[in-house]
Amino acid sequence: MNGRAWKNMASSDANLLSLITASRPGAAPTLLRSALPVVVIVALAVMAQVVLKGLLGGYYADLAITIGVNIVLAVSLTIVNGFTGQFSMGHAGFLAVGGYVSGAVTYYFSLTQWGSAAAAGGRLSGMPLSTEGLAWLGAGDVLFPVALLIGGLVSALLGLAVGLPSLRLRGDYLAIVTLGFGEIIRVVIQQSGPALKTPEAAEQAGVLGMATGLGGALGFGGLPKYTSLFWVVLFAGLTMLVAYRIKTSTSGRAMLSVREDEIAAEAMGVNTTRTKVWAFVIAAFFAGIAGGLYAHKLGVALGPVDAGFQRSFDIIIMVVLGGLGSISGAALAAVVVTMLPEYLRAVADYRMIIFALALILMMILRPKGLLGVREVWDADLWRGLFRRGKSAKGGGK
Amino acid sequence: MPLLEVSNLIVRYGAIEALHGVSLSVEQGQIATLIGCNGAGKSTTLRAVSGLLKPAKGSIRFDGKEITGVAPHEIVRLGVAHSPEGRGVFPQMTVDENLDLGAFARPRSEKDQIRKDREKSLDLFPRLRERLKQLAGTLSGGEQQMLAMARALLARPRLLLLDEPSLGLAPQVVQTIFQIIRDINAAGTTILLVEQNAHMALKVAHHGYVLETGRIAMSDSARVLEASDEVRKAYLGIG
Ligand SMILES: Nc1ncnc2c1ncn2[C@@H]1O[C@H](COP(=O)(O)OP(=O)(O)OP(=O)(O)O)[C@@H](O)[C@H]1O
Ligand SMILES: [Mg+2]
Repeated sequence: MNGRAWKNMASSDANLLSLITASRPGAAPTLLRSALPVVVIVALAVMAQVVLKGLLGGYYADLAITIGVNIVLAVSLTIVNGFTGQFSMGHAGFLAVGGYVSGAVTYYFSLTQWGSAAAAGGRLSGMPLSTEGLAWLGAGDVLFPVALLIGGLVSALLGLAVGLPSLRLRGDYLAIVTLGFGEIIRVVIQQSGPALKTPEAAEQAGVLGMATGLGGALGFGGLPKYTSLFWVVLFAGLTMLVAYRIKTSTSGRAMLSVREDEIAAEAMGVNTTRTKVWAFVIAAFFAGIAGGLYAHKLGVALGPVDAGFQRSFDIIIMVVLGGLGSISGAALAAVVVTMLPEYLRAVADYRMIIFALALILMMILRPKGLLGVREVWDADLWRGLFRRGKSAKGGGK
Repeated sequence: MPLLEVSNLIVRYGAIEALHGVSLSVEQGQIATLIGCNGAGKSTTLRAVSGLLKPAKGSIRFDGKEITGVAPHEIVRLGVAHSPEGRGVFPQMTVDENLDLGAFARPRSEKDQIRKDREKSLDLFPRLRERLKQLAGTLSGGEQQMLAMARALLARPRLLLLDEPSLGLAPQVVQTIFQIIRDINAAGTTILLVEQNAHMALKVAHHGYVLETGRIAMSDSARVLEASDEVRKAYLGIG
């Protein structure tokens, strides 16, 4: 889609060369600089699995996984609602698509290949190995990420189908269309047949039968539970990294310009439709990944409600509280919004009211959210906080 | 062949026709100005040229090429930059980031040239250099106007569309802005200038058009218009 980027990539070997050599004398080679954060994230993920899990214990490790999934959801939605200033209200629709697609992949692949839908074991999931895998890894260590990726890609494709027609238009069309999208996904899932329980039944039903055997209104039970702290930290880290790379790149600048003034952005040469669609597709991809992580989490029964508006609303809350454009803000808000109900069990029934009140309070006290578009590590955020105190200067337009 | 040639342009906002067949042209290397009362359709004309509005009828040719109906982000790449009315700076971005966006349409291979152009723009508007890290929305009106012009220049346009650059500025600043318009033109950029300040506009322009409720009422060299009785009465407030 991004014709210019492709041309740039294809046309000049010099560009490729500059990836491996230093672009400025004394600077680290670009490839090293871009690989380093990934290495750090992988290391953190391994540490989370090896050390943190033991430290936290079952309950808190479980909570941490939920937080991680919500970080992926909130940060990905930030790319659309924050960076480009569009308003998607159906993020949970993509979560459900990713969850069901990746769930169908792991469930039916295991069932037909290994005779059981139960987890085939995986070191990275902290499970004993029951089936041969690749080298040191278990079968689940390979199957799970592949399934997540497929879920993310299908979700991204749907994002393209939803985004292309609705993002050409200015205004609130996207909100309405995405709201409808989430509901359609929910209803479609509800109409699906029961999950097939035996390898024979699956063989007989064929691919189409398996693709429509998703448990219907009862939910898609029996998925292998691969999701571990490793996978969650890995994808939460990667999502934040990608979001950060986008934000600090030229295309991120283009997204922010669309958010501020679409007509002026167009006049600067920004293809506003393409920019918005890209943002939407990337967000849908990561929502799909989050869905896969959620679906394979212990104690979760993936169901049609996971596509519903209530779920989308929770994610929107995190993004708005975080500051509509702040990656770290959205992540922080995901932590708070996930933990609060755990500690306020007594008032769990009123959580919608509490969140609504929190939103209203936020609009009054800090109209731009916790951090606005800035990040916790931006120096001017802190300087601004100290110098301006409670003044509303620099507030919204 | 003129650099910009607009013929029989009709533009509608919904059911309201704002331009009823406007024709004008701008010669390569010159400054043409479009003057007229509020609501005459000056901004509408510029928006149609830069592609922000799709004309209902008529044709717009840039450098001999038909650009009617072409998307604005492509028209920028052909060499037309628009500094819109009301400035259109990105208020929550710094001056620095606004300038970056000015060069958005240029390929990455021009990086060094962009850096030079940026220095040149900042030399034209030294006030901006002192405020690179300031949010554009917190600049004064005049500074925002300077930013809008500097940003448009970073697209390295062959044709610069300026919509009321002097609007709301103090007299001294107006002088400065018009001097800069002259300088930009002297450096080779063709300009189509829309102005309320007919006096100053006709002073810097080579050719002038008078727009009256969606129609070109007069077209002549700027000298002649400046001396004509109608223009002096209606737009210069003399006689
Ligand atoms: N978005 C719009 N929707 C409907 N009508 C519009 C729109 N923009 C402009 N118009 C109308 O089109 C006509 C021409 O407007 P335009 O902005 O081109 O005038 P102008 O010559 O630039 O005036 P000014 O000197 O006040 O800036 C006016 O009657 C105006 O009301
Ligand atoms: Mg106007």
